[in-house]
This record gives sequence, structure tokens and C-alpha cells, in this order.
Amino acid sequence: MNCLIIDDESAARAIVEQLCKNEGTLTVIDQFSNAIQAIKYLNQNEVDLIFLDIHMPDFTGFDLIQTLKNPPKIILTTSDAKFAIDAFEYECIVDYLVKPITLERFQKAIEKAKKFTIKKPAQEVTGVNGEAKEEESQLYINIDRRLIKIEIPSIYLVEAKGDYILIKTDTKNYTVHSTLKKIEEKLPKDLFLKVHRSYIINLKRIIDIEDNSVLIAKDVVPVSRSNRSELMKRLNLL
Amino acid sequence: MLTEQPNINYIKELSGGDVEFEEKMVSILRRELPEEIKTYLKTLEINNLEQTAEIVHKIKHKISILGLEKSYEFTIQYEKELLNGDKSNHEDFFKILTTMSDFLTK
Repeated sequence: MNCLIIDDESAARAIVEQLCKNEGTLTVIDQFSNAIQAIKYLNQNEVDLIFLDIHMPDFTGFDLIQTLKNPPKIILTTSDAKFAIDAFEYECIVDYLVKPITLERFQKAIEKAKKFTIKKPAQEVTGVNGEAKEEESQLYINIDRRLIKIEIPSIYLVEAKGDYILIKTDTKNYTVHSTLKKIEEKLPKDLFLKVHRSYIINLKRIIDIEDNSVLIAKDVVPVSRSNRSELMKRLNLL
Repeated sequence: MLTEQPNINYIKELSGGDVEFEEKMVSILRRELPEEIKTYLKTLEINNLEQTAEIVHKIKHKISILGLEKSYEFTIQYEKELLNGDKSNHEDFFKILTTMSDFLTK
């Protein structure tokens, strides 16, 4: 099994690495001291098993699991036995190892991991029937090394601001280092439309359209000539 | 608690004779513990007990690695107390840190 170790303590990472080495069938392909780096890696690479510390600054192990679309098998490693009950809420969690991890307990966890199959969450089953999957209605944005969850339907406007984009939602505005093109790819096409090179709007939130502008909440957004026809096509015109 | 002496039995048990691993572990402890003690004292001084509890949490694992079982139990409690705004057990905790430092610098 290919494994990843995620723990903010180097001593803890060294111990799990050694336990994997002793075990013989596990290959540690990488290690991370924080969850954000690990998420970036996991978005581009597949692993069979993660040894994941729960108690990490800024972004906990549970935060990481919630961020992953299809988490692999996970063995939690922690100094706090108090989180054990929370662990049962996740289908991907194989076992829960309390530090200091002993050889015997580690071996037992690996045996469980080998036999373990991740059950598909119920929300994925409903997705097949044409209903929106829960994860598809959410977007995670990276601000100051924190991944913040936004409910996509609450976004009514995205504006390009140089190397940043301004995401406006019902409750809060977020400035994120990204491009309009990148966020456009992440937003559902039936709900959002780029009406100008600097603006993406939520079509359901249009209040009115006048000449070459759209009123969204309190914002007047310009509509470029080239995007106007597409906007008109998408409206339920009387 | 204070009669406990640190040891590397746990490290040796994990190493299975792998001297490189044993040296690596001792080196990590030697390098990180003094820095963590400095941070501990600094956060305690400015009375940021949430941050103090955070660093105590990190040190707690090192206490267990060095086989200090009673000290480990004491530290679990001390971490909780810090989160509740109580730093009265600082002196006893600091004795544990001193014992660990002395052992690692031998």
C-alpha cells in the first residue's frame, strides 16, 4: 500500500515512517507537516492510505477529510483519545491510533486497513438520480493558508481584481488569489455566466437588466457586447 | 512523578536495531525540545494560555516518547487546565522539561 503521513510534529512523522518500514508491505511516498500542502498533493495524486494527525494548527485532520472529494483509507494518529467518537462519522476512517503508537497496535491497524473497504456515502447515491451532490454545491477557497467553505448558491458575483478575485456572497466578501478563468471552471455553468471579462454573475440573482448592465443585489455589473446575446438566451424571456 | 527518569526504550522498541532511526529520533528531540521550551515560556509569560496549551500538546508526545508515563498523565491534565485558564501547575511541568533537557544533553 502507498501511504502518506500528515503530522505537524517531525518526531511523530519519523515514528510512523519507521513503523511502516518495519511492517514491510507499506511504502511511504510522501510526508507533510501541514494539511494544506497535503490537500494540494492529494488533488493530483492517489494514495491507498493516509496516517493523519488530528490536532494540527490552523487546519485539523477532520478539516482535511471534509475537504477531500474521495478520501482514501485513513488511520488517525493522535494524542487525544477524546476524538475517537468523532472518527466514527467518517466512512474512510479505518482505525484510531493513540500516541505513543506501539508496534502491536500499529500492526493491528494495518491488518484492518488491508481488509477495509470504503462505503459510498449516501449523498453520492442520490447524485445518480439527478439531484445535486452536496460537494458540488460547495467551493473551498484558500485564504491565509485556511481553506474556507462557501456554499456556491450564496455567491452572487465574482469580480476580477488584478491577480485576485473578489467573491461576493450573501453574508461575506472574499478576496482570493486566483483568476476568473479558474473559478469559472469550478462554478456550475447552468447557474453562472461570465458577462464581462471582469465579472461572473449568478443568473438566479439578477434583479434587472438595463442596456449594457445588470443589477445583482446592490451591484451594477457591466455586460460586454459579446456576452450580451448569451445572457439573453439564458433568461426566461416573456 | 519526579522520580521518573527518561529513557529511550520506546525508541529502541520501534527501531528493531535500526541505529540510524534511533539517532534520528534523539536528534529531533535534542533539536526541537529547547525551542519548544522557549516558546512555552514566552507564551506563558504573555499569558496566552491557549498557545501555551498548544505547545504543551506538542511536548506531551515527546514526554511519552521518552517513557515518562506519569509525567505524560500529568501533562494531559495540565494541558486541559491551561485551556481553562489555570497555569498553577507550571512549576511541576517545568521540572519535567528540565529532566528531559538534562537527559538529552548528557
